Amino acid sequence: MGLIVIVDYGMGNIRSMAKAIETVSGNNLVKVSQSPRDVDDADRIVFPGQGAMVDCLRELDSRCLREPIIEATKTKPFLGVCIGLQMLFDFSQENDGSCLGVLPGNVVRFSDGLVENGKKLKVPHMGWNNVEQVEEHPLWSGIPNLSRFYFVHSYFVKVGNNDILFGVTRYPEPFHCAVGHNNIFAVQFHPEKSQSVGLKLLSNFANWDGRV
Amino acid sequence: MGLVTRIIPCLDVNLGRVVKGVNFVNLQDAGDPVEVAKRYDDQGADELCFLDITASSEGRDLILEVVERVAEKVFIPLTVGGGVRKVEDVRRLLNAGADKVSINTAAITHPDLVASASSRFGSQCIVVAIDARKVESCGKNVWEVFTHGGRNPTGIDAIAWGERMQVAGAGEVLLTSMDRDGTKRGFDLDLVSEMSKKLNIPIIASGGVGKLQHFVDGVKIGKADALLAASVFHYGEFSIADVKKNMFANDIEVRI
Repeated sequence: MGLIVIVDYGMGNIRSMAKAIETVSGNNLVKVSQSPRDVDDADRIVFPGQGAMVDCLRELDSRCLREPIIEATKTKPFLGVCIGLQMLFDFSQENDGSCLGVLPGNVVRFSDGLVENGKKLKVPHMGWNNVEQVEEHPLWSGIPNLSRFYFVHSYFVKVGNNDILFGVTRYPEPFHCAVGHNNIFAVQFHPEKSQSVGLKLLSNFANWDGRV
Repeated sequence: MGLVTRIIPCLDVNLGRVVKGVNFVNLQDAGDPVEVAKRYDDQGADELCFLDITASSEGRDLILEVVERVAEKVFIPLTVGGGVRKVEDVRRLLNAGADKVSINTAAITHPDLVASASSRFGSQCIVVAIDARKVESCGKNVWEVFTHGGRNPTGIDAIAWGERMQVAGAGEVLLTSMDRDGTKRGFDLDLVSEMSKKLNIPIIASGGVGKLQHFVDGVKIGKADALLAASVFHYGEFSIADVKKNMFANDIEVRI
């Protein structure tokens, strides 16, 4: 088996992610780390994140993690979660600036005043929503299509190339909630907070060889 | 299809144990937090709320251990509140495994706390808890914010306070009607719908649940985004699964 490194760059609660992955990781070793060297040594990378984009990028840079992360996205099974998904893209409205530029697309905010069937939709988009699996992927294995996952976010990704799109959620318009490219898979929702379907996705990742 | 109304059981924690009692008197031990949390998770809770009611400051750190232990076993969102006074308190709870931290009295006594905490950790993890009571003002019914577990009046209008907290960076409001809390007469639907109409962030309605129909009313009339209850679940009057079945039978989508 191998080493799964959860990248800790000082932004919020990653203990839940660590515990969830430990629960499903089998013989893998799970390590929470801030060290660029551990990112290089890992067999698999989990890239979580919460809080503001500008803070996440700053904390990442202050730990010299930007280059190792970008390298890992090219070479080993890589799971981005929430801001860890958003950071992979080109540009974000949140910091009005560039992100890591690994995947094509932008990060934009839900508009205020969303309404569906007469009901006001709040921002943040918070709670359990359906995920439509628009393409097959090893990480969807054993998870029924349209399962509900837990979301909490005000910004979302608009992919620049539909080839990388694997999941869509409606609020009320469809937005892109799961993307993949070669060894990268990344989701807007929180698998570590999505009970059994979330643990299944993490278990699929712990056993994934990075091939689609 | 779409986002579902969350059902949130609330657990009162005293000195690291779940307790039940009416208005914080005659507290009885109701079990180990991990076991109770696991039971609610199995029943289909969408989220859990822990309220630390430990009075002594020495006992305060016990909640951190509770959160750590629960977060190891239960993989749904955890909101933790009670005695949160400083940004450091928020940080410690988040690091222990809380997903959201609820701030009540200190939002009023420390006016910068909500803004500082939400800019530091993101508004998604900052819940402002508002305890409100209906009062008459100039011949009109309004709701006033109370602090310290509902004992101290503040003179602040609850709806205006909710709007201010939204601007300060709250990601959610936990709205408790002190008039209804413990009465089993149902949510204060006027209060909930008024707050929900005025704010763009999600509202958790709390206080007064006694019947299955009250949950349906909270969604259909109160327009709440989430519904919180404590005693009806603790005393086993009905389970979370019962609540969801009844909501579904009333054309409300739930997570099953």
